[in-house]
Amino acid sequence: MILVWLILIPFLGGLLCWQAERWGEQAPRWIALATMLFVLVISVVLWLGGDFSLPGSYESQWLLEWRVPWIPRFGIEIHLAMDGLSLILVALTGFLGTLAVLCSWHEIAHRVGFFHLNLLFILGGVVGVFLALDLFLFFLFWEMMLVPMYFLIALWGHSGSPGQTRIRAATRFFIYTQASGLLMLVAILALVFVHYSNTGELSFSYDVLRGTDVPEPLAFWLMLGFFIAFAVKLPVVPFHGWLPDAHAQAPTAGSVDLAGILLKTAAYGMIRFALPLFPEQSAAFAPVAMTLGLVGIIYGAVLACGQQDIKRLIAYTSISHMGFVLIALYSGSELAIQGAIILMVAHAFSSAGLFILSGQLYERIHTRDMRTMGGLWSRIPVLPGFTLCFVAASLGMPATANFVGEFMVLFGTFPSAPVVVVIASVGLVLAAIYSLLLMQRVHYGPEYRPGPLKGPDAREYGMMLTLLVLTIAVGLYPQPLLDTTAAVAAPVAELFTDASDLAARAGEVN
Amino acid sequence: MMVTPVVLSFLFPLMGTLVLAFSSGRLGARGSSVIGVGSVGLAALATLWAVLSHTGDREIITLWTWISVGDFQPTIGLGVDGLALVMMAVITGVGFLIHLFAAWYMTGEAGITRFYAWMNLFVFSMMLLVLGDNLLLLFLGWEGVGLCSYGLIGYYYQGLDNARAAFKAFVVTRIGDVFLALGLFLVFMELGTLDIATVLTRAPEFWAEGSATANLAALLVLGGALGKSAQVPLHTWLPDAMAGPTPVSALIHAATMVTAGIYLIARLNGLFLLAPDVMLLVGVIGAISLLLAAFAALAQTDIKRVLAYSTMSQIGYMFLALGVGAFDAAIFHLVTHAFFKALLFLSAGAVIISCHHEQDMRKLGGLWRKLPVAYGGFIVGGAALVALPLVSAGFFSKDEILWQAMAADRNGLLIAGLLGAVLTGIYTVRLVLGTFHGEPGSDHARHPEPGTNLITHHLPLVVLAVLSTFIGAWLYPGLGGLFPDAPGEAVEGGHTLLQVLAIGAVVAGLALAGWLFLMRRPWLDDVASKGAGASLWKLWHHAWGFDALFDRVLVRPWQWSVRMLRFDFINLIMNLPALIARGFNAGLVRSQNGRTRSYAVVMVFGATVILLALALVPGGVA
Repeated sequence: MILVWLILIPFLGGLLCWQAERWGEQAPRWIALATMLFVLVISVVLWLGGDFSLPGSYESQWLLEWRVPWIPRFGIEIHLAMDGLSLILVALTGFLGTLAVLCSWHEIAHRVGFFHLNLLFILGGVVGVFLALDLFLFFLFWEMMLVPMYFLIALWGHSGSPGQTRIRAATRFFIYTQASGLLMLVAILALVFVHYSNTGELSFSYDVLRGTDVPEPLAFWLMLGFFIAFAVKLPVVPFHGWLPDAHAQAPTAGSVDLAGILLKTAAYGMIRFALPLFPEQSAAFAPVAMTLGLVGIIYGAVLACGQQDIKRLIAYTSISHMGFVLIALYSGSELAIQGAIILMVAHAFSSAGLFILSGQLYERIHTRDMRTMGGLWSRIPVLPGFTLCFVAASLGMPATANFVGEFMVLFGTFPSAPVVVVIASVGLVLAAIYSLLLMQRVHYGPEYRPGPLKGPDAREYGMMLTLLVLTIAVGLYPQPLLDTTAAVAAPVAELFTDASDLAARAGEVN
Repeated sequence: MMVTPVVLSFLFPLMGTLVLAFSSGRLGARGSSVIGVGSVGLAALATLWAVLSHTGDREIITLWTWISVGDFQPTIGLGVDGLALVMMAVITGVGFLIHLFAAWYMTGEAGITRFYAWMNLFVFSMMLLVLGDNLLLLFLGWEGVGLCSYGLIGYYYQGLDNARAAFKAFVVTRIGDVFLALGLFLVFMELGTLDIATVLTRAPEFWAEGSATANLAALLVLGGALGKSAQVPLHTWLPDAMAGPTPVSALIHAATMVTAGIYLIARLNGLFLLAPDVMLLVGVIGAISLLLAAFAALAQTDIKRVLAYSTMSQIGYMFLALGVGAFDAAIFHLVTHAFFKALLFLSAGAVIISCHHEQDMRKLGGLWRKLPVAYGGFIVGGAALVALPLVSAGFFSKDEILWQAMAADRNGLLIAGLLGAVLTGIYTVRLVLGTFHGEPGSDHARHPEPGTNLITHHLPLVVLAVLSTFIGAWLYPGLGGLFPDAPGEAVEGGHTLLQVLAIGAVVAGLALAGWLFLMRRPWLDDVASKGAGASLWKLWHHAWGFDALFDRVLVRPWQWSVRMLRFDFINLIMNLPALIARGFNAGLVRSQNGRTRSYAVVMVFGATVILLALALVPGGVA
């Protein structure tokens, strides 16, 4: 039942925020904050009390499970379950949700109640995605997080240069994700009907569908349907077009959620659904996926270097970082998959940090254009130091979580696909270039405008310090996370070892 | 018990960094200096304690397991042996003197807290680098050093050139780091461990000598070493790194950073011995670097740039030693070099501050009476740099390197080393004469303000001066037992001949320099200002044009591709469906024109088509 509450709390909190606006502007903020903290506390308590040393069998690895029939005629259930991976991601959602509320404290001034309704509905949808095991329910939540995100960008976003309006960015975001969601729906339905024609049983249940014997070449197309749906969200080049616009135009809270959690739903979907449902097809597809990952790493990094808008720069770095995750998921190595999970968490921290920082800069100098920054080091206290820390995390400096994630990915992938790792390592140099370019354009050089600016207040300082401490803590002692997800990562890696000659195929493509 | 002093030795600088970073300016300049200098001083004392309680065996202190997934088990673990202790002593000892001097040098500068926070973090990273008992922890320190160098080189953040120099230093060394990282991946895949001791025992069991894998692994590690130690072709960041305050240059060039590559190769000696070809390459790169840099040093006008190229040249000697398998000689030279290069840089710093930030030799001169302490520092440090026989520390270590090269029968390397010794004599004499003798070139040099502070100015210079004499060489304990036998062990006789040659080279260099700069100065200036002489001067002044080459081959194509891709052409392709849809939209909108006549035409046309279709399709109308 606690799983239901994890999903319901943000939704109820959101409704309450909406209504609370009549009590004053501050009320929705406090309610939203309390709601997300509540989610965070529940997941941390579950984590502390959970036993994750479960055997790696895929059948009964759930820490908590809850299922009731919903539409029995079609075999649709409300089936929620939690294992180490979903627990960590739910906790991450609670944490970043808290930050998202905090960083909009002064930024959002109009329709505060409705803003928090949307924000909390996104987060509720995300928690649902992480917990749903029934494919229909999963799809429902998958679509449910899009609509409030659309409003978040369209109503509270910034309009950049002419032609780059927030409405346009929101529409683009919506079309990309809708279209890909449609592919997934088709794939889900096809899978269900194949299973129906095989067994005469209509079911959307994950456990039931996992063993479905889908004939070739249909299986390949279904796998591709899932892959593309997740690839758009991750995002994988060439499906990344919505991301820079959405980030640049979204309010800070939207960017934090988008980069921190929404992108992770895609990686989660691959680990949970795309790979286990179609192991052989995924193994055969691995060389292509890895190549796409490489393209993402390099392409994202090169584009990041050419951006003038600070949030677009950070958005492109996300594409680059997610390339590492994609490579890891298709590497068939437990070490790499564990690394990908760490990298997901690490990227959530570092990109959230950078987005919050650029939001704070925007509140002070009212621009995101790096050509009109420069020399901020002498104008703002403390913020440049934090920027440097998160920039260092983003370029994979050891002792940060990003380093642990990236290097585990690379160490794990190297034996099966050395060439991929060599090319991906070029991304490490490029990461240094774009990260330091950001630093240099914003904080170094002569002052673009004179005059000191306000330093961070306790709220801003606290957010950044918490993120930084967590980044370094995970960087120096990631073991608690690794232990939690070990039971999830190992079976996923085994999927590929069964699908035999992966290494040979990966070699051929490269 | 080694645990306490060893842990304290790197914890003090870390705590210094944290206190300074979170002080938010509450400490003031004096408080920041006290904490910044004090933390490294305490680290030096802790190191002394560790040295005194060292038993001679390698001790492993495992603090915790960093990551544990399957076989992948790197720890946060420290390995303490003679090599680590020597490095620690140099880092904290010389580092402390540099920090102390910085308190004088940085007086009145803005951001002193930030300065000391970075400096302390630098020392901390370097300590982890030499203490890490597995390659991943070593890599942590390795990258940390790079980040700190970025922060310190770009310390004067308002100059964009400084930011670029910092950027360049980080990116160029990062390229080397990626090679090292690939080396780690390879080592882990092949040997299943990253623990240094286990790597060294397993490598000969798994790999045959000269096998492709062993060569590749050594080559990749070498790539990392080249970046950090500024050897050809990854050396271009080093001269630009002079953009930072002079104590930073001293720290980077003497006690930390550039020595990291030497340490790495010495530490992984067993790996390199399995790859004789790569060993030869190490020696050759060292020889090339030492000569290129020595020529470049001849044609610099900035005193810090002369010293920068001399560092690269001296590191070249260490690579040469590593290349012939004389690991102990390389570390020996590393230690003496740390003493005399720190002395030279700090003395240069004393000159620069006394002359109001003037560091162009053409605008200095005639300072020897007015700045006696700095002059003394230059004389003693310069003597060690040219390896003045018997009295200087540099003589003993450089002699050892040349002797090992001779014993290993690498005559090419030996000749390069001897030629380098001649050149070193020339550029050192030029440096000292240009800075301290002759006529002052500017008002700043005519009226210098000598440093007077006994503790923060005189003391570090004097201590380093003493260490740069034969006393410094005596202090080196000798680490022969830790390394495989150097080639010199197996050779009888010949050492005397070598010493005659080496001393001959030094004397020749000094004499040539004296003759050129004292007797034939006008002729020299004349040659250097026109025709081939001027071209040669220009070539050397720009250090053989590596920067221009990399600019053409790498930087510009990169910038071009960034510009080309900036508008995200893949995304534009994905916009095609939207464009097509919009095209249809435009077409259909046009049809909706509100004219009854055209509607009627279309309707009739449509009806005809449908009727025709019904008539022609067999069995169409049931």
